[in-house]
Amino acid sequence: MMPAPNFLPWLEYGPYGLDATRKRQLMLQAMRELTQWHTQQCTEYRRVMQALQLDLASLENLEDVPYLPVRLFKEFELVSVPRDDVFKTMTSSGTSGQQVSKIFLDKATASLQTKVLSRLMTGLLGKKRVPMLVIDSRSALKDRLAFSARGAGILGFSMFGLDVTYALEDAMQLDIPALESFVARHTEGPIFLFGFTFMIWQYLLQPLLKSGSRLPLDRGILLHGGGWKKLQDQAVGNDRFKQALHDVAGLSRVVNYYGMVEQTGSLYMECEHGHLHAPVFSDVIVRRLEDFEVAAHGEEGVIEVLSMLPRSYPGHALLTEDRGTILGEDDCPCGRLGKYFHVHGRLAQAEVRGCSDTHETHR
Amino acid sequence: MKHIADLPVRVIAGCSLADLRPKALPPYAPEAVAFLTAWSKQLLARPDIRAYPDVASFAYWCRPANLARLHRELGCQQLRMGRGVALHIAPANVPVNFAYSFAFGLLAGNANIVRVSESLPAQADIVCAEANDLLSQADHGRIASMNTLLSYPRNDDITQRLSAVADVRLLWGGDQTIEHLRRMPVSPRCVDIAFADRYSLCLLSAPAVLMAESKALQALAVGFYNDVFLLDQNACSSPHLILWQGTVQEVEAAQVRFWNAMQALLHTKGQSPGIHAVDKYTHLCRTAIQVKGAKATPTADNRVFRVALDELPENIAEHRGRFGFFFETIDNDLAQLRRIVNTRYQTLTCFGVDAHVLAEIVVSHGLAGIDRVVPVGKALDIGVIWDGYDLIRNMSRIVATQ
Repeated sequence: MMPAPNFLPWLEYGPYGLDATRKRQLMLQAMRELTQWHTQQCTEYRRVMQALQLDLASLENLEDVPYLPVRLFKEFELVSVPRDDVFKTMTSSGTSGQQVSKIFLDKATASLQTKVLSRLMTGLLGKKRVPMLVIDSRSALKDRLAFSARGAGILGFSMFGLDVTYALEDAMQLDIPALESFVARHTEGPIFLFGFTFMIWQYLLQPLLKSGSRLPLDRGILLHGGGWKKLQDQAVGNDRFKQALHDVAGLSRVVNYYGMVEQTGSLYMECEHGHLHAPVFSDVIVRRLEDFEVAAHGEEGVIEVLSMLPRSYPGHALLTEDRGTILGEDDCPCGRLGKYFHVHGRLAQAEVRGCSDTHETHR
Repeated sequence: MKHIADLPVRVIAGCSLADLRPKALPPYAPEAVAFLTAWSKQLLARPDIRAYPDVASFAYWCRPANLARLHRELGCQQLRMGRGVALHIAPANVPVNFAYSFAFGLLAGNANIVRVSESLPAQADIVCAEANDLLSQADHGRIASMNTLLSYPRNDDITQRLSAVADVRLLWGGDQTIEHLRRMPVSPRCVDIAFADRYSLCLLSAPAVLMAESKALQALAVGFYNDVFLLDQNACSSPHLILWQGTVQEVEAAQVRFWNAMQALLHTKGQSPGIHAVDKYTHLCRTAIQVKGAKATPTADNRVFRVALDELPENIAEHRGRFGFFFETIDNDLAQLRRIVNTRYQTLTCFGVDAHVLAEIVVSHGLAGIDRVVPVGKALDIGVIWDGYDLIRNMSRIVATQ
């Protein structure tokens, strides 16, 4: 029986401090150990490995590591530790009726997530906690949504904040008095703003753009994520989003991140050149949709994400349903090492033909 | 005569509900045949018909010679006429299904109310437009007075009011729709013909595949493609499981030959949506977890996913995939087939095996399912005998004498 892999020594590397050769070597080692660990620990994962008939002992390339599709976490409870060790279950945000992903965390995995996230946040905010404004309402934490992706994200990032203040009332209206008093309390030094991309656009930017009023948040560092899907529907891209934030709140440091509840902790953050970067704890592979072979740099495909953190659930290598392009490796003008990439959005859902789909279906 | 109040529906072709004169005709009445053959002719004359093979197939099915043959097959031992009003609830995503359903109702001698889904693609509009054109002409006045093609957004109230006047209902769209529609009250004499969710499979003889000349192999691949990919492997009659016959060596060699031919054909068909690949991979993992002994067979690309099984689980039909996802096993004595077949099984397509022999096995073993045994390539060929029903007989009544 192998023990759970231990990657704590990795924390000693700078988050973007490994070049391609070193990273490949260490990441492959981590992926091998995790693949073996989950094969041993998780029945469902083992069955998938058996069906794929791979020789796990001789995985030679990062690209050969078997990956699970993210949707599997919506249909199966995939756990690699005894149930008694699970102390927190995370779920993805889903509208009612949709299935949600269930991610089972034991203390060790949760603690690793926190440590890695701290590392990444230190790069953004420095070592000290910073006054924090959450662009959301406190209700996101209530009514059992506590560990939905939205609630969990807010709670997770709140660890790095002081005087955590919510910018929206329960009805998603801007809480102007709360904002004014927050700004009045913190007249110097940086301010940390966090929120989900769509919420920021809809409930912070829209009211301000409409009313023409401005917020004095020019010292702010805004971190946002959660996807662009709803904004793409309104034809709003990163540039327009940033410009609007600059116009209404004087914000010049706006950082997008790519991440998912299935791999909490090892985020991909945007650099000052607008590129998402893989930190040493995770990696990204883009695959061609026609055969899942690895796409060339610059070529669009479906995104696979690797993370060395998941131990209590088999989520170390996941095929997402997002489209992306690797832009390069180790050579971003920002100086960070590792792969950097762009996310284009979700794969389009296709209309299904066939007689078993009923005429009664709501459209 | 029944009178139907006008309802908030959009009439696409034929008369309004209020004007409908449900006076039944005998099966294959000259007026009905004349309308269908005129419809066929107009559709085939369209310059854009080549773009829509499904419309062309429908038009070809309605040609005079075919209708005359079907009429002869029905025979005239009994005096028959339509049951009255046939209500057709057609599926939302098989573009020409409503047209076949309508044609069956018409040939049986009924007045027809056909609900055409609002979300159908372009070819449905073409079919409707030509019907509308003909039904506006005096020549087809009798047919126009007893038929209406209409459309309305999901509305149980309307469906309920239409159900109340129906003498026969053709319910397409699968188990859930049927369950829902069956709860609506109908007249005591009303006959429901329900097309439930079905499962279909394919039997291939390995020696036949190995001996097929390249032309025959190509035809097999085209036929299999049509059976599976035209409707995203989501039609009731599209195969999900391939039973192979032959020795292990023969089957392995035949699989290489068959799938290479499929691969070559699929390459000429362009890209499928990217999400299909992720769907199939997800289904592969799901299958690995749920089906004991499932082994993925590597394929050249994501157009086709294959899972090999030594032994089929009894519930293999519950693991059906879409967009080109197949289970394969060897079943020389058909013991596995006999074990898995239940009432859900519909079409068995075959190559290199005699369809009649297979049909006799269904009967002699008292199998609970399989209503059709047809050659590969014919899976989607709908006709008046469908899903185990003789639709003309079921939609007409006998006027008996002694």
